[in-house]
Amino acid sequence: MSYWQKDIECISKEALKELQLKKLRETVSRVYESVPFYGEILKSRGIAPWDIQSLDDISLLPFTEKDDLRDNYPFGLFAVGQESIIRIHASSGTTGKPTVSGYTAKDISCWADLMARNLSCAGLSRSSVVHVAYGYGLFTGGLGVHYGVEKLGASVIPASGGNTARQIQLMRDFHATALCCTPSYALNLADHMSQNGYKADDFKLKVGIFGAEPWAEGMRRHIEESLNLKALDIYGLTEIMGPGVAMECPEQNGLHIWEDAFYPEIVDENGNPLPDGEEGELVITTIDKEGMPLLRYRTHDITSLISAPCACGRTHRKIQRIKMRTDDMLVIRGVNVYPSQVEFILAQIEGIRPQFRMVVDRVDNLDTLLIEVELDSRLIGDTVKDLERLKNVATRKLSEGLLLRCDVKLVPTGSLTRGEVKAKRILDLRDKRN
Amino acid sequence: MDVKQLSVFIENTPGSLVSLTRLLGDNGIDLISLSIADTASFGILRGIVEEPEKALHIVLDAGFTARLDTVIPIQVPDEPGSLSKVLEFLGMNNIFIEYLYSFMRNGGGEAYIILRTKQIEEALKLFKEKGVHVLSAKEVYSL
Repeated sequence: MSYWQKDIECISKEALKELQLKKLRETVSRVYESVPFYGEILKSRGIAPWDIQSLDDISLLPFTEKDDLRDNYPFGLFAVGQESIIRIHASSGTTGKPTVSGYTAKDISCWADLMARNLSCAGLSRSSVVHVAYGYGLFTGGLGVHYGVEKLGASVIPASGGNTARQIQLMRDFHATALCCTPSYALNLADHMSQNGYKADDFKLKVGIFGAEPWAEGMRRHIEESLNLKALDIYGLTEIMGPGVAMECPEQNGLHIWEDAFYPEIVDENGNPLPDGEEGELVITTIDKEGMPLLRYRTHDITSLISAPCACGRTHRKIQRIKMRTDDMLVIRGVNVYPSQVEFILAQIEGIRPQFRMVVDRVDNLDTLLIEVELDSRLIGDTVKDLERLKNVATRKLSEGLLLRCDVKLVPTGSLTRGEVKAKRILDLRDKRN
Repeated sequence: MDVKQLSVFIENTPGSLVSLTRLLGDNGIDLISLSIADTASFGILRGIVEEPEKALHIVLDAGFTARLDTVIPIQVPDEPGSLSKVLEFLGMNNIFIEYLYSFMRNGGGEAYIILRTKQIEEALKLFKEKGVHVLSAKEVYSL
């Protein structure tokens, strides 16, 4: 068993609690002073940083929602000035505005250390060759894993997304020992390999670190068999940091959430804390971050906390693999998509109504998205050309707005909503395939 | 210029066309001309009816997506070459035709073409100059 930061990873429960309380108080002070959004709420509730006397006092603090980030777009929740921010990431938001995250130099360094911890946890070391096929850019996936690999001292292959044939060639020729990408892309790579005559022996892969979308045990077995490696789950979200907030150890029995950086709670629909072992919504308070610290952020992911000791020796609690959310967010080809984004985009297009249905499927191990859109009752034009143009405009705007290539089908006005009290906006056919 | 054509969006699913034509039939709407443009994913039914506004409201109320457009019905001699003569001089005058279709031969030596262009005024002017007979709504309905 190799640890990146053994003292922290195997810290005693008591020492961890002390550390968490100290960091929590520092974080509350920081946001009280420097983030008007939090300062105002805390003052209006009569709560000052020194009122946090124990970890239970966290329930005095307000929750933070994704809408709060949207309302303070772009940089309203930063706790430092622009000169201290060295990186900005952005991902999908619920409407037209992206979700923004800002990092100081220390934040980036901490992230790299956490990621190095995750990679060590997965069995990687300086001699590993890591093929990173998460997207590089504003998305936190690629760069998040990348910096961790470099910190660990392993060799990173920054492949990013696309060009599957070339990726496979490089994985083979560079003797990649670890693969990092979305689980559906892993299956996509496996399909491509078998269709093009590659054999498992051609590759030196030992472990895969897959995340950015939910995936079940059936899929895990399929990936492990197809690629001949151990498949581990990684969890993260842009608002909190990026990938690496929690990592599955080789026991494959839950993901250790790094409690020295993130204080987790599980709450019910009313926001009441639930004990370990009970399922509810995961709420995370960042206790290390300087750039954009968040208090009690509601992740909308449903899970439970496991506090029983883990055979790997790490003492940070684990979360169960995420299977469900409390909201209607979908993950399609690793991209977060909200139906409200589709509504927002469609409302700006003439000739259609913002009534739609998202049909999600998986074809050849790649997620597909078809959006059925209702036409206005007044037909926008009487020529086929007019309708094709409308369809193309809708397709382009949706693809650009969702950051995801999708298809559009025009349907008659009222056909999706007729007879329904509330239109069913999502038809996810992948559930049956899993 | 007063001949209006009704265009209705039809999905490519069994029963869509039937439900539209039945609706028109049940409401006593007589189709004087009919054509359907089809693509892989949908069709557009185009028809000339005697009471276009009434027909439009009937189909809209029933939940169809539709519109009315002005079309130009012209009369040409019913012999080979007469259509291409018309198309040639329209082309020479940069009149762009969205689509056209013919309807009704009355056996009296005349053929009728329904022409759809967005350059309505220019086309009408040209037809007048060239002496091409453009039918009025009354004439069309009495065919």
